Amino acid sequence: MALSTGTHAGALLAAAVLLPFVGMLLGVLLGGRQVQRVALACMPLGLALALGITVAWLREGQTLVYLLGGWAPPLGIALRADGLAVAMLLAVAAVVCGIGMYARADFATPPDVRESRAAFSYWLLLMAVWGALNLVFVSGDLFTLYVALELLTFAGVPLVCLAGSGETLRAALRYMLFALCGSVLYLLGAVLLYGGYGTLDIPLLAGAVQPGAIARTALALMTAGLLAKTALFPLHIWLPPAHGGAPAAASAVLSALVIKGSWFLVLRLWLDVMPGVVTWASAQLLAGLGATAIVVGSVVALRQERLKLLVAYSTVAQIGYLFLMFPLAFDATGNVLVHGAASTGGLLQAVSHATAKAAMFMAAGLVYAALGHDRIADLAGIARALPVTVLAFVLAGIALMGVVPSGAYLAKKLLLDAADGSGQWWWTIVLQGGAAFTAAYVVLVLGSALRRRSAALMQVKRVSRLAEFAALLLAVGSLALALAALGPLPGHLVSNPLAPKELAMTLLVLVGGALLALGLSRAPLLAAPRPAAAAPAGRLRQAALALGIACEQADRLVRRWSFASIGLLTLAALFGALLLVGRAT
Amino acid sequence: MNVETLFALCACALVGIGLYGLIVQPHPLRKLVAFNIMGSGVFVLFGALAKRGAAAGMAADPVPQALLITAIVVAFAATAVTVAVLLRLIESTATASLANEPPSGE
Repeated sequence: MALSTGTHAGALLAAAVLLPFVGMLLGVLLGGRQVQRVALACMPLGLALALGITVAWLREGQTLVYLLGGWAPPLGIALRADGLAVAMLLAVAAVVCGIGMYARADFATPPDVRESRAAFSYWLLLMAVWGALNLVFVSGDLFTLYVALELLTFAGVPLVCLAGSGETLRAALRYMLFALCGSVLYLLGAVLLYGGYGTLDIPLLAGAVQPGAIARTALALMTAGLLAKTALFPLHIWLPPAHGGAPAAASAVLSALVIKGSWFLVLRLWLDVMPGVVTWASAQLLAGLGATAIVVGSVVALRQERLKLLVAYSTVAQIGYLFLMFPLAFDATGNVLVHGAASTGGLLQAVSHATAKAAMFMAAGLVYAALGHDRIADLAGIARALPVTVLAFVLAGIALMGVVPSGAYLAKKLLLDAADGSGQWWWTIVLQGGAAFTAAYVVLVLGSALRRRSAALMQVKRVSRLAEFAALLLAVGSLALALAALGPLPGHLVSNPLAPKELAMTLLVLVGGALLALGLSRAPLLAAPRPAAAAPAGRLRQAALALGIACEQADRLVRRWSFASIGLLTLAALFGALLLVGRAT
Repeated sequence: MNVETLFALCACALVGIGLYGLIVQPHPLRKLVAFNIMGSGVFVLFGALAKRGAAAGMAADPVPQALLITAIVVAFAATAVTVAVLLRLIESTATASLANEPPSGE
């Protein structure tokens, strides 16, 4: 083994990690307007590499391995790409290309300037995020993962404050400090594991790890730390101001890509490193946080006045969605997490969200660029002025909702099947309810965008056609993920979208969403109803408004620093306790 | 009590002090120092574990030391990035507070 450097196509993995970083360094050297050219040249190359890795993985039918310098673990470091990693590599490459297309307009260096600071930083940071993410996906040991995750944070923080205003700088600082708390907890867990088992290599560790005090403590600490970096409710202290305040092209990177890095690491830890240490109760807690995130995030999203903040809060809710898969991934005995329908569903959800959320932020950015503001109440007429952008927003919303036909629909179907199979009916409710909430904010925005306004009153700046089509392309891509059912996924999942049951479900989600939007939006969507009908409806509206205000206050409370940091420790302790006691199926 | 246990206890104390600082200190710079103290605690713990895990005839397990160097570099880089952002914040707003978000538009 000493002389081999892993499987046949393993070198592709090293290339996929190196390419963005090489591009970045080259950009620093060349400077000026060359940065953008280098970054844009890297994108098709990186996409080709990701495709190459996918083909190699399909052909070899096993995990791709690359041993750095030919040294095998435990002393050496291995890069590995299993199905999860390959899927994420491909998805991220595609989304980066889409974002690159979009950002060409926003972050072009002006012709009369030799080098503009924002453009220079943006393209370098985009490359850095990409490289760090690729490293997260292919790292074979927990320490390399730590370094990759830190790189990701270091690239993400400056993206938040590209605009340079006091507000965004403050958001960036909060993000950085809170992420650092999380990474120390993660490192502490990794150190404890090394002390207990003498290795951090994932397969070796998975073989050695025993459900004991060390593994439980480490898992609890690492999970809590990673949740802080992923911004799962109630640890989303930094996300709304950071994602809402950054330029749209940066928000798309942060929301679609950066948070997936730490989410992916939770997946690795729970499913690959310590599947036998995880308990039923701890998985319920994790998904329970996800369910709370869906409710609070969506309700607060509906109460936002600005489109970008609405999309940012919808990310808070969608992060919750990503964690619903964990209790559904147990095997038949209920003691061990396994890769199966639920984890595939979770992965598909992540990929759908990455593409759709990027498209949504781009659309929001275009609306802002065209109107000079993004107040939801004043969007009237925008659908006529920017039809492609609004179409991209709506398609992205449909993709997030998980109605037929979309990638998220397949994901939801897989998770629903898993919930049925394991008798956890309560997650069925959350999965369907979450879709209705997503429908609600799409309806809310669309309701405002479709209103008429005389053309004379509107002052719409021209926006880049290319950027509009980039957003549309990503949204359509998210819908087209449903085609995955033709290849790698079991075909029986795709039922006829026009079958009465599916149509009824879609209709139910949409009607539920419309009702939620009516009840929870800050400003009434319709003109005041006639007094005769108003009494019961008015009372309902009052109750919904009270709920909205309560959620908003809860959100503001948990986003206070003291609350969030104590919450982080409490969560670590809670996970530890549930890992100790929670073996009850 | 042997030397590894003593170091491990020191590590616990450092992590505890760091956590306390991160939670209660309002100034970002103090939070950053607290993060560094907490990080040092983790590094000391790693060193103690390296000593405990030494093979026969060796002073310590060398792998944690190699990892430690990297971790220290990462912590240093994190500190540098944070200070840079903090300096920009002070330049543009003349305050270094994390707290006063505007009441509504956040």
